[in-house]
Amino acid sequence: MKIAVCVSHVPDTAAKINIGSDSKNIDQNGVTFVVNPYDEYAIEEALKTKEKFGGETVAISLGGDANKETLRKALAMGIDNAVLLKDSGFRDSLSVAKALAEEIKTQGAELVFFGKQSVDYDSSIVGQLTAELLGYNCISVVISFSLDGNKITCEREIEGGKEIVETALPALITAQKGLNEPRYASLKGIMAAKKKEIIEKQPVAAQNYIEIISMKKTESKQAGKIVGTDSSAVPELVRLLREEAKVI
Amino acid sequence: MANKILVFIEQRNGQIKKSSTEAARAAADICSKLGGYIEAVSVGNEITGLETIGGYGVSKVTHLKNHELANYSSSAYSEVLTRFVIENNFNLLFFSNTSMGKDLAPRIAAKIDAGIAMDCVALKVEETEITATRPVYAGKALIDLKINSLKKIFVLRPNIFNPGIPSDSKAEVTVNNIETVNLNVKVTDVKKSDGKFDVAEADIIVSGGRGMKGPEHFHLLEELAQELGAAVGASRAAVDAGWRPHGEQVGQTGKTVSPTLYFALGISGAIQHLAGMRSSKYIVAINKDKDAPIFQVADYGIVGDIFEVLPVLIKEIKKIKS
Repeated sequence: MKIAVCVSHVPDTAAKINIGSDSKNIDQNGVTFVVNPYDEYAIEEALKTKEKFGGETVAISLGGDANKETLRKALAMGIDNAVLLKDSGFRDSLSVAKALAEEIKTQGAELVFFGKQSVDYDSSIVGQLTAELLGYNCISVVISFSLDGNKITCEREIEGGKEIVETALPALITAQKGLNEPRYASLKGIMAAKKKEIIEKQPVAAQNYIEIISMKKTESKQAGKIVGTDSSAVPELVRLLREEAKVI
Repeated sequence: MANKILVFIEQRNGQIKKSSTEAARAAADICSKLGGYIEAVSVGNEITGLETIGGYGVSKVTHLKNHELANYSSSAYSEVLTRFVIENNFNLLFFSNTSMGKDLAPRIAAKIDAGIAMDCVALKVEETEITATRPVYAGKALIDLKINSLKKIFVLRPNIFNPGIPSDSKAEVTVNNIETVNLNVKVTDVKKSDGKFDVAEADIIVSGGRGMKGPEHFHLLEELAQELGAAVGASRAAVDAGWRPHGEQVGQTGKTVSPTLYFALGISGAIQHLAGMRSSKYIVAINKDKDAPIFQVADYGIVGDIFEVLPVLIKEIKKIKS
């Protein structure tokens, strides 16, 4: 079985964000980029599935040369092959999905893992869009996954609980934290990954429907007041919450 | 061409979600500014109270009904909804940014080739165009965007748009019985978590971090949460240490929340945590370190030992609630 995992290259969650001079993107100066955290769960699940059932794994990423770093990390963790769909311009979610769907089709992957969202634009929809374009069954925000023959059973996180969901291959799964514990790349894996070729391809062109007009930093909230120290401040806090904020 | 607007009314267990009333009101406002025609649609088996959507400015609701539609199924819901959208030529769709909305809306977008804007926190109409504002980088930045395709989908963050006070108007509800349902993706069971409220939906959240010093002390948070009718949340540090389930994590790799009141207890305020909760209306922080970054976003702070302050806070809250 061919298993694909789609990964994105995003600013570290600890990064401070500044707006670039075009007022439409972030200023990338001094920002550390990492594998999108949710994609690590996707990579791990792809590896675990291959270890159990055999097959071949491929990581796919859309973006500029910098994305190779994230693809190398996937290779170092144990993914067999890597494809970079090279495009450095802005693409909205649907346009990204169209490019990824085309490549997944080319690869002939019948099981695909995504992170549930990438922590840059936070739309959390590229997986579902891609599945729909491929005509694959899809379960999003998954915290447990099992495959038995053709049949897939997942737990999907929802508000206040979880759904138990069943479907069949071909399928696309989006990973939520809790799905597994992503492995660390071994030294051997890191060395092997350095030697592997990252295949570069031109992604299919697709129109952007979303137009970003402007980007701005969230105004930092005005720091409020320190009501006091220790438990002696509690009655005043409770009074403020009742009378000033009127929230309790 | 006049706009044909459709708002999706989400149900769980046959009950309409509050976020759908927010979406209905927001869509009705857009309709009155933009001009056009608006109606609502819901998918499920038995659904109570669909006529109440009339109180939020939408006078017609279609109920796409089949007993197999009682639980959410991405394949079934997306198929019946897409058919409804195409047959009736809707060009402007509104959903809520809930678990269901996030799963369902993009499927419709791919099927009808619509541009889709997720997690909108503000909508503005200028002449004939809608501009949406949405947070990116977990709320560290905001973008203004417009959608340039013929068909457009806006997905609205819950707890942001004011549904207003509903009027007495009742919507006309039409039941549309669906004959066959595509259950390629099927929910076989729904399990509720132990906590009463979920951080994603709660109006008040009581969150604990590393300063709670261990899972055995979270009963204090649970007690406070119970008094306030609040959900219990946790910082990444508390979740990664295995003290709390990941479903409670607030922050950039957890849930982004915007409750009315947020208690940050023993949470220092790492940037990825602040990103996930800074849009809360009121923030209370209790931390022993007066320089903790959490005080930079807190409306009210107490500098002190959490284990000394918290029991007194619980006692005071109990006093006013009794």
